[in-house]
Amino acid sequence: MNTILEMRGITKTFPGVKALDNVNLSVREGEIHALIGENGAGKSTLMKVLSGVHPHGSYEGDIRFRGAPVAVRGIADSERLGIIIIHQELALVPLLSITENLFLGNERARGGVIDWTAATLRARDLLRTVGLTDSPETLITDLGVGKQQLVEIAKALSKEVKLLILDEPTASLNESDSDALLALLLRFKAQGIASILISHKLNEIARVADRVTILRDGTTVETLDCHDAPISQDRIIKGMVGRDLADRYPRRTGTPGDILFEVEGWSADHPVHPGRRVVKDIDLHVRRGEVVGIAGLMGAGRTEFAMSLFGRSYGRNIRGTARLNGRVIDVSTIRRAMDSGLAYATEDRKHYGLVLDTDIRHNVTLANLDGVASGGVIHHEREIEVANDFRRRLRIRCSSVFQETVNLSGGNQQKVVLSKWLFADPQLLILDEPTRGIDVGAKYEIYTIVNQLVAEGRGVILISSELPELLGVADRIYVMNEGALVAEMPAAEASQERIMHAIMSVGMADSTAGTRPVDGTGPREYPQ
Amino acid sequence: MSAEINLPAQPRDASPAKFLKSHMRDYGMLISLLAIVAFFQYMTGGTLLQPLNLTNLVLQNSYIVIMALGMLLVIVAGHIDLSVGSIVGFIGALAAILMVQFNLHFLPTTLICLAAGGLIGAAQGYWVAYFRIPSFIVTLAGMLVFRGLSLALLAGQSVGPFPVEFQLLSSGFIPDVFATGGFHLTTLLLCVATPAILVGLSVAARLRRHRFAIEQEPLPLFVAKSAGLFAAMAGIGWLLASYKGLPNVLIIMALLIGLYAFVTRDTTIGRRVYALGGNEKAARLSGIDTRRLSFYTFVNMGVLAALAGLIFAARLNTATPKAGVSFELDVIAACFIGGASASGGVGRVTGAVIGAFIMGVMNNGMSILGIGIDWQQVIKGLVLLAAVCFDVYNKGKA
Repeated sequence: MNTILEMRGITKTFPGVKALDNVNLSVREGEIHALIGENGAGKSTLMKVLSGVHPHGSYEGDIRFRGAPVAVRGIADSERLGIIIIHQELALVPLLSITENLFLGNERARGGVIDWTAATLRARDLLRTVGLTDSPETLITDLGVGKQQLVEIAKALSKEVKLLILDEPTASLNESDSDALLALLLRFKAQGIASILISHKLNEIARVADRVTILRDGTTVETLDCHDAPISQDRIIKGMVGRDLADRYPRRTGTPGDILFEVEGWSADHPVHPGRRVVKDIDLHVRRGEVVGIAGLMGAGRTEFAMSLFGRSYGRNIRGTARLNGRVIDVSTIRRAMDSGLAYATEDRKHYGLVLDTDIRHNVTLANLDGVASGGVIHHEREIEVANDFRRRLRIRCSSVFQETVNLSGGNQQKVVLSKWLFADPQLLILDEPTRGIDVGAKYEIYTIVNQLVAEGRGVILISSELPELLGVADRIYVMNEGALVAEMPAAEASQERIMHAIMSVGMADSTAGTRPVDGTGPREYPQ
Repeated sequence: MSAEINLPAQPRDASPAKFLKSHMRDYGMLISLLAIVAFFQYMTGGTLLQPLNLTNLVLQNSYIVIMALGMLLVIVAGHIDLSVGSIVGFIGALAAILMVQFNLHFLPTTLICLAAGGLIGAAQGYWVAYFRIPSFIVTLAGMLVFRGLSLALLAGQSVGPFPVEFQLLSSGFIPDVFATGGFHLTTLLLCVATPAILVGLSVAARLRRHRFAIEQEPLPLFVAKSAGLFAAMAGIGWLLASYKGLPNVLIIMALLIGLYAFVTRDTTIGRRVYALGGNEKAARLSGIDTRRLSFYTFVNMGVLAALAGLIFAARLNTATPKAGVSFELDVIAACFIGGASASGGVGRVTGAVIGAFIMGVMNNGMSILGIGIDWQQVIKGLVLLAAVCFDVYNKGKA
């Protein structure tokens, strides 16, 4: 089989740091090539070199595409060659229609006048190819993330793609959307389109990839051929972190104590559509030193529940009682919820967790400024000490605590968010997808931190879409579906099958009763 | 990808040249101000820094500087306030009506006017903070409303003159306790003592930071900056002392600058305003009452605009319906020249003050040179653009 892309000896330096050091990557025609590595290993930088975001001349090394050396100077160049990259953060204009987005910058026009008929027809073709049944007139904002991803791919197809690069395409998709997307990649493969798939989800890679290239610390570790021998996840993890992770979840000793936190009859309505119940009559409790998991599909209402609990930061018409140590607590504003001993670490750290343009130090103390101040005056030295202390304890990898958080990798950003909440010293910490989009090594460190928290007698509610994670970390698991808790089981008795079964059986009962189907891909709405 | 962060620990106290280069954004505006002063001092044959002109320069710019302090907070919080020029006019009119037509004493008048400014700020801040109406629109409305109201209050006439005590707010000078006659010794002593105290405080802070092994300005740069500050303030003191001494307005202005520098840098409230502008949602989820905070930045702006209105009216000794027209532009320009970011979360009090003086010195210098108002505006506009371009360029490099 011929090689379509050959990157040889790519070295890219940023001021003070070598992001890529003599990296090699070769992709064959019509293969799915997985690119994996920890956050910060250099995957995205390599793809930015390929797509021209880092133009020719700003790096060393050679790129050959379809046999000829190329010098890509910008995205326009790489797209002309047929190299299309789909970024993790989708580049669609929310208030324009699917058609308008598909041909943005590439309009079906003659003399500057758009031919809407031609555009709509072509859009319909493209949507059919990617298996999207929505009308081309639909606004992007009305589509769920999964469908938006498909629109991005349709957009790539409109440009005669030869090599498709997907940067963590399934990170924010639920199971069925992920499956559809992977199936699409396999179809493209059958049509001879090569893809590079960047992903942290090892099971997906095992399913679709022909070959796997592992990067670590800006260098190529190895390229494995999945057809020679089936590749085990442990094998890949070993390559990524350079060591064997004997156990992906650190052991925890000690048993949960008394009941720390309880909610009773907790309900909340959708903030925009009044009367639409999003969180339905939730009863749950958390013991001291216990990690309680909440499993569920995307859109099951887990985040909505957590945020409505945390100072009514989501929803309206919120009812129910919350108790801490047996006493009813006031959680009507975020401040009061915090003062009562609650903390909520968001699933969306960039938009809801961090002040990105500000340094680590200021982010760490943000939720508890009074802890480094007296009489409203900040003690700067104490603040720096606090930040340095968390940097050491949580092993935040950074040049100093004065580094802006926008420049940190996902895992380290997450550690800053955790530091912020640890410094606020809560009794109950709600972690919403704390390991989303971060690599295996950092995940292990986050789990270790969770263990420390419960060892100190705190309670943790862990919301996660990764079932192995819930099974590995939680003591007890609640299953949530369509806003209600549908099952509860000790982790020791739980399995992925049991949890999925709990979700599915309710869904089936509902559909036979003729109610609304599971709203898995619906657009997320947050309070402003 | 910006995730590769395994940088070696930075060496402490880098070489001065290197430090200066990496902190060009911080020093750039100060150096520009000095260059502009030097340029006009040369071009005007020394007129710029003559005691009389220097005093005028302070008096002319005081209200812009005072409003820039409030505007900086508004901009850092992620908003804008276009109504301040109209508030200046409205408060001047209100003061004139109270003092001239109702013969009210200037003290209650001042208090009423400051309270009125706070109320105006609250009225605008309410819509911005609690109804999430863009501040641009709310304050654009305010700009029209209060310009109209000042016209209505004054019935289109100029009202004046003010009581002498009130005029002293703008035209008065501090008394000389030594009464040496001719040379104003108190002024000089104040202008020597103040930088001495400031330098002393920063030495103490430096030693403290050193104990905590925190990277900071290299020593030569610190010494140069402290010496420069001392020389500049003492020099200004000397010049002012040889005229009539320190204007009252300068004292008010200096105290306010000190207060706002402290609040923005060293207090929890200040920090929260930066967090609000940097990422409102994250700030809110960190337990900060972002709406109330936005609201209060507008109340604060209203009070400062009212103070500026009083000072401006006292300076003209009459309230005119046209007072304060287009002041908002100078104030906003001062903040942006001083490095504030239009998207919020970034900006410093010292920057805004330097920005205000860059505008002020250029106004004054170009007027002395006899450059018409037409070309003055062109040049000021280009300087604003250049300053922000410089800032963006340096941000890209840093």
